[in-house]
Amino acid sequence: MLFKEVKYLEKETDNYMDIVSESVLIYTEGVERYLKHQDEEFNNSLERVNVLENRADQLRRDIENRLYTETLIPESRGDMLGLLENMDKLVNGSKHVLKEFSIETPFIPEEYHDDFLELARMSASCVEEVVQSARRFLCDPLTVKNNLHKVYHYEEESDHIADKIKRKVFSSNLELAQKNHIRHFIIKMDSLADKAEDVADRLAIYTIKRSI
Amino acid sequence: MITILYLSSGLFLGWSLGANDAANIFGTAVGTKMVRFRTAALIASIFLILGAVISGRGASVTLTQLGSVNKIAGAFIVVLATAFTVYWMTRLQLPISTSQAIVGSIIGWNLFSGMLTNLQVLSKIISSWILSLLLAGIFAFLIYKLLLRFNILVRIHLYRLDAYTRFGLLLIGAFGAYSLGANNIANVMGVFVPISPFHSIRLGPLLFNGVRQLFLLGGLAIAVGVYTYSYRVMITVGQSIFKLTPQAALIVVFAESLVLFLFASQRLHDFLLSIGLPAFPLVPVSSSQLVIGAVIGIGLARSARNIKYRLVGKIIAGWIVTPVFSALFCLLALFVWQNVFNQEVFQKRRFDVNNTVNNRLAKEGIFLNSSDFEESYDSEIHFFNALHNASFMNADTVQTIFHFANYDPIDITSRQISQFENLAKGRLNQSEFDVIESLSGKSFTYIWELEDAIRAECRRMKIQDFTADQLKIVNQYFYHKGIR
Repeated sequence: MLFKEVKYLEKETDNYMDIVSESVLIYTEGVERYLKHQDEEFNNSLERVNVLENRADQLRRDIENRLYTETLIPESRGDMLGLLENMDKLVNGSKHVLKEFSIETPFIPEEYHDDFLELARMSASCVEEVVQSARRFLCDPLTVKNNLHKVYHYEEESDHIADKIKRKVFSSNLELAQKNHIRHFIIKMDSLADKAEDVADRLAIYTIKRSI
Repeated sequence: MITILYLSSGLFLGWSLGANDAANIFGTAVGTKMVRFRTAALIASIFLILGAVISGRGASVTLTQLGSVNKIAGAFIVVLATAFTVYWMTRLQLPISTSQAIVGSIIGWNLFSGMLTNLQVLSKIISSWILSLLLAGIFAFLIYKLLLRFNILVRIHLYRLDAYTRFGLLLIGAFGAYSLGANNIANVMGVFVPISPFHSIRLGPLLFNGVRQLFLLGGLAIAVGVYTYSYRVMITVGQSIFKLTPQAALIVVFAESLVLFLFASQRLHDFLLSIGLPAFPLVPVSSSQLVIGAVIGIGLARSARNIKYRLVGKIIAGWIVTPVFSALFCLLALFVWQNVFNQEVFQKRRFDVNNTVNNRLAKEGIFLNSSDFEESYDSEIHFFNALHNASFMNADTVQTIFHFANYDPIDITSRQISQFENLAKGRLNQSEFDVIESLSGKSFTYIWELEDAIRAECRRMKIQDFTADQLKIVNQYFYHKGIR
């Protein structure tokens, strides 16, 4: 009975990690489609990320519920729940950015498209590495550190790209309102990498606690 | 009724053991909610009783060798003194061990009754306390290092590791409970073994002797202690005293259980001797102190600075304070019970130095000069001093003299013989039973006279002599009213 429950939870947690990973891929895809003015495809990406976000919430609640009712991993339960909730912020972040693009329809001049794509891909890579770290935390905690330094690297690069775009935008001839609007989206996209870094910091502590 | 009254101190000590020591097995498992209390209590109770009944004899024999309490009222006081010592030192928040308290109480009885305290056995017991503590630390250290390596080599998912740990805690908890029962039942009922009030019962092919019945009763008392009081102690242990991860708790319980088993298993003891290796002495040891030893072992495995010298010092101080206190209390209680309540707390043993004994000792190559001795002694200590003054120093010689001088009259009746034949089925063949039947109606003054009569009858019937084990069975039945 216990081992059956454990197997089920392993699968659910794995699915959850898959959702986080997929949401950030769809986010990158969505940003690209928006910049290319592919409205139908963009809306499709938004819809898919919405579905993923709902599914992630359901899975997270189910996992939390089962961990408590079956009193599993009592020593690490708090850490596990903290990890799931923080990773949920990554899925929420991906959905939120695309939603804001959909609602506010910012005008992004073509000369900034490549930079925006680069920023999207960099923050996506950051999230991807943190998902890998989380998977390793569950199975092989001693190798978590191998991925964490990549997270920090990508986060730094993401900040660097964000700064670069902001400087370009504010030194251009665009109106101040437009500049601010573009800045708002740069910050939103960069915050995804910041959230991934937060998860990485927590993972570093959880890994230390997972010794015998 | 009076028997139950006298056994009550043992039952109380058993209850106390169950209430306190079950936490050393399942404390962290229950405290960290890895295992439910009901499951832990059920497994602990079943295996404690099994360990006590199946393997409890070994450690009990050692306590009997230290001091063979020969009156049930005396046994009652000895165990009561132990229980009081445990209670009092727990209130004073000093580290306490039932195993050490019972040793002190037995020595107290020996002093009061004029019986000798076997110093060889006493040193064996004390060295076992030291060795068991060290072993618990060493085992925990090695198992920790091995587990660390295993964790490195094999990737185990967090959830699966949790499930394996739970299963491990249950399995090793069962082993621990068995070992605790086997080792510590001696503290609870060991003193009653020489004067067990129960007679052997044959249940088909199984012989349920008086000693096993005693251990079953003690085991049941322990189980009641587990169910009624151990939850509080388990929660305390699990949450405050030893903050261990479930995997570390698994190591501690396994190390503790291994040591308890090593110092309780008669089969392992005999096996090691049979292959020419030194065997672990069968001695009751303190499970609480083993836990401390194991926790220190894990601490050392993590960092060499983790020896808590103060705690170790407290344990060592306990080895001295506990037996001294329980011996003093036992002496006082025996005095009161005998002189105020007029209860016989010991049966005097008589040792004769007469022609019959001297002639028999001469056959063993031992010659006593009658002028150096009185005709009889009613105290082991006086007889021992007399032998010492007559320059009999060798321990084996002294033991032989004690055996042959021990006055222990017995009449063999036909009723006893038919009961013996029923209980000893399968242990003796028909010719050997015929030898026993030939003793019907005879009286013997000394144990060796019975043994010599058996040998003479074997020679007359031209059959092989009884083995040492078979003679032991005969003595156990006719002198101690049961076959073990």
